[in-house]
Amino acid sequence: MAPATALQTSPSLLALHGVGKTFPNGTQALANLNFNVRRGEFLSLLGPSGCGKSTVLRIIAGLTAPSHGSVEWPDPSTHAGKSNRIGFVFQDPTLMPWASVFNNVALPLVLKGVAAASIARRVTAALDRVGLGKFAQAFPRELSGGMRMRVSIARALVTEPELLLMDEPFAALDEITRFKLNNDLLQVWQATGTTVVFVTHSVFESVYLSSRILVMSARPGRIFTELAIDAPYPRDNNFGTSAEYAAFCRRTSAALAQAMAGETVAGDNAAGDKP
Amino acid sequence: MKAAASIQERYDRLLRIALPIVVLALGLLLWEAIVWINKIPPYVLPGPRLILRTLIDDWELLSQSLVVTLATTVEGFLLAAFGGVGLAVLFNQSRLLEYSLYPYAVILQVTPIVAIAPLLLIYLPQPLAVLACAWIVAFFPVLANTTLGLHSVDRNLADLFTLYGASRRQLLWYLKLPSALPYIIGGLRIAGGLSLIGAVVAEIAAGSAGAGSGLAYRIAESGYRLNIPRMFAALLLLSVAGIAIFYALSLLNYLALRRWHESALERGA
Repeated sequence: MAPATALQTSPSLLALHGVGKTFPNGTQALANLNFNVRRGEFLSLLGPSGCGKSTVLRIIAGLTAPSHGSVEWPDPSTHAGKSNRIGFVFQDPTLMPWASVFNNVALPLVLKGVAAASIARRVTAALDRVGLGKFAQAFPRELSGGMRMRVSIARALVTEPELLLMDEPFAALDEITRFKLNNDLLQVWQATGTTVVFVTHSVFESVYLSSRILVMSARPGRIFTELAIDAPYPRDNNFGTSAEYAAFCRRTSAALAQAMAGETVAGDNAAGDKP
Repeated sequence: MKAAASIQERYDRLLRIALPIVVLALGLLLWEAIVWINKIPPYVLPGPRLILRTLIDDWELLSQSLVVTLATTVEGFLLAAFGGVGLAVLFNQSRLLEYSLYPYAVILQVTPIVAIAPLLLIYLPQPLAVLACAWIVAFFPVLANTTLGLHSVDRNLADLFTLYGASRRQLLWYLKLPSALPYIIGGLRIAGGLSLIGAVVAEIAAGSAGAGSGLAYRIAESGYRLNIPRMFAALLLLSVAGIAIFYALSLLNYLALRRWHESALERGA
């Protein structure tokens, strides 16, 4: 795996230019977002709830159209087969309850019309990668919350996406499970070399995982600042207990606090507008 | 602790089966006793023993009628099932079609079938009219439930299908229909009972005799002839048919949903 510093300079996979989003009800969710996602990096979007983090992911995935600006993919081949190149993990596992683990993970390939033999091979590989090789025939109901999230990740990985979008995937899990999944996610990321954009509101999670963090502030959502977490990979629990990690967390916390303080001032102003 | 709980559970299950049977036996005894003590003549109120006797003696006639009524019910039910699901899918695919036709489906549903049956009998041959009645009352719950089910798709799953470029057909087949399945089966369970009611109403309205006449006609006919024991015997068969339909559809519900839907999962599983 490339050292974290190399990731800071790798070529751009996609770029957001002046992206803004106003919902039909008039809520301005995002204003003038400009940033690059670099090939192979682990980028986190960190911010308070309601800052439009999830909307950014949806815009990148093409599920929501931006009101202003554009998302550009410099490599045209990537853009052509875009739906093939993006994996999306939602906050909930979002599995089909009526289908077995195998059929859930196979879904993206089935929708693409991939041949059955190839599907079997790739689904098995994806399940092995998240440690669920033995659970192919189980149903989602029969699995724990952490295992369901692993299935969801396996489904996102099965198309071997260039870009993995993750929307607070571990927020609903207990802390022990979350630590385990954080480590496993880092392993998968390093093994596959995919690019990850990870939305979270946890400072500790974002520092532990990311090579770069974009701190966002709310109302309207915008990029407040950018932090490079240039600690080397692979990272494990030793990193999680190191002074270096604590220092990164302190710096990131401070940035988040500033982002939220700015928002409070803006909120006061908005309140002051009303007589 | 666990063993005690399981004994308690088994005892509970036994009570659930035994108590209704005891109530039934007591009720029949009381009925028989009242008839016997008051010397009530059979053309006013026959005792349970006489009804059973009649059921056995008239079995040939009654079983033929049972087959006729059941056949109508099953045909009406199947038409309602396919018609209801099919129409709901069409409505789901085409908003214009839904706007155009849905009000008439509602009108068909809210107009009492007893009032429609005599009209149908004027324009359709009798077996077809009976079938049409069974269909009319049974199809609306299937249509309404399926429509609800097709709209109850998990938003994130729908996004996922969009992300992977699913076609409309794939969306319907892999997402909407499976999501709607519990609702569809709920509609079918209502439709099963209703199609029997529709068939009975139409048979009584038709009121024609012959080899092709069903149980409801037997009840009407026996009433005219003051053959009250046979009325009860036919009613008993109708009720058994209704119970059989209910349990058949419950079994379908269990088989289709047992592995994934809350409604069919055993507690603690």
